[in-house]
Amino acid sequence: MEKRVVFRSRWLPYALVAPQLAITTAFFFWPAGETVYQSLLLQDPFGTSVQFVGLENFRQLFHDESYRTSFGVTAVFSVLVASIGLALSLLLAVMADHIIRGALVFRTLLIWPYAVAPAIAGVLWVFLFSPAIGILPYWLGQIGITWNHLLDSRQAMALVVIAAVWKQISYNFLFFIAGLQSIPKSLIEAAAIDGAGPMRRFRTIVFPLLSPTAFFLLVVNIVFAFFDTFGIIDAATQGGPGQSTTNLVYKVYQDGFKGLDLGGSAAQSVILMAIVIGLTVVQFRYLERKVQY
Amino acid sequence: MVERRPTLDLLAYAILSLGVLLVALPVYVTFVASTQTLDQIIKVPMSLVPGSELVANYAAVLTSGSERTANAPVGRMMLVSLIVALVVPAGKIVISLLSAFAIVYFRFPGRMFFFWMIFITLMLPVEVRIVPTYAVIARLNLLNTFAGLIVPLVASATATFLFRQFFMTIPDELAEAARIDGAGPMRFFWDIVVPLSRTNMAALFVILFIYGWNQYLWPLLITTDESMYTVVIGIRRMIAGGDAATEWNLVMATAMLAMLPPALVVLLMQKWFVKGLVETEK
Repeated sequence: MEKRVVFRSRWLPYALVAPQLAITTAFFFWPAGETVYQSLLLQDPFGTSVQFVGLENFRQLFHDESYRTSFGVTAVFSVLVASIGLALSLLLAVMADHIIRGALVFRTLLIWPYAVAPAIAGVLWVFLFSPAIGILPYWLGQIGITWNHLLDSRQAMALVVIAAVWKQISYNFLFFIAGLQSIPKSLIEAAAIDGAGPMRRFRTIVFPLLSPTAFFLLVVNIVFAFFDTFGIIDAATQGGPGQSTTNLVYKVYQDGFKGLDLGGSAAQSVILMAIVIGLTVVQFRYLERKVQY
Repeated sequence: MVERRPTLDLLAYAILSLGVLLVALPVYVTFVASTQTLDQIIKVPMSLVPGSELVANYAAVLTSGSERTANAPVGRMMLVSLIVALVVPAGKIVISLLSAFAIVYFRFPGRMFFFWMIFITLMLPVEVRIVPTYAVIARLNLLNTFAGLIVPLVASATATFLFRQFFMTIPDELAEAARIDGAGPMRFFWDIVVPLSRTNMAALFVILFIYGWNQYLWPLLITTDESMYTVVIGIRRMIAGGDAATEWNLVMATAMLAMLPPALVVLLMQKWFVKGLVETEK
């Protein structure tokens, strides 16, 4: 799509894009380029000796047990966050779309967790689940479940998943509501006249028409679980116990800032970049299809 | 409307109420904890009835923070967060408006190249270039400064796209009329494009305010000086000492304070918020 009417100036357009380009170059392209370059180097934390090692960092990374573990952690974490988050918010959205009275009140009461920072969400849930003083471990204790996410890696994973789903549910909910509202009422009415009950209508009409929204949200939730949950993990478990909640981004941070393994951390960043590019391509492919649809 | 089934309605209300309760539970407990003394919280199970320390706790954190751990006043942190949350959206909107205007309303060599440069930044979130970006900021002497905290967050592909898409829908006749009347590009920008973009700017501002307020990884890396902590970082420092050292009553009061501004923005500007959220994702 292009404008038919344009203005002419030799220098003005460059002046207009200059601020944005200056910032992107200084804080995006320069560091990204350096990341790629560093991933090919081996250097000590103080930069006194630097050696070009080619793809050695990557080779080491894939032989590194703890890196492979964090891949597994990221996969489990994203699948849990996306599936539980989508299922719960779809249920809530369908219910909110069904009722007439008070729909706006319920919407308001369900969307505000979007405003909570991931790190704060982590703090809230770690307080609720604190093995020593938390109210939830006390209640769980009453029904015979011992909760200690500082020792039990599955419970630690459950904790970060719960905090992430809680944080993301409002976002999913809003998009599902928008999707539901765009389904023509006449379709639903026609099906009802033909004798289809609510469940049948959901399965054969509503859900198929919602699938583009669901797919879009799936991608967004995976991106969220990969990149935006850093604050939750850092506040709730700091990747522990052991490595059980260290996802890929948290590992880059740990190796780069705590471990000062610059080459290894940069190599991990390059792999993450490849993942983001893949996810963005998926997102845009899908968006193109939505435009045609 | 389709047929009404009372049992189904009832079920819908029951599920929604349960959902609202589960969503509200952590915040309710946080609020209760922020009104109690530390001893009351530590006593298992803590009471779920608000205590009497509301004023004392909030006054304590605002003026002196949690003295046992991060001994910095939360009032100052709120101010730092507020500055970041206001300047980041303003900066993003300004530079995105300008670059989108250039890309839509001019033909110039390198136009598509610049467009792609901006597009590619979508694929380079801070999380994938942590160490080198830190190094750049350190080299520019911007650690522990507002510039370091804000400027790297200002570049945004999504805002540029949003404005570009919106500009494409502005009728060509307006630009034509402006040209016939002898208005130059900047005059057209100020008198036509900016006023027409107001609703988009408002919606974007709401979303970006929340984005700026809730930043975590970036301020965590570049702020080591207590006077530059944002409130989200400050709270993280307060719990760093582990369960025994943490003054949970004060942490929870700080958490309430940290949630309040963005939550108010979502609730009071719900219309803009929903519009902004749905449009920035297109």
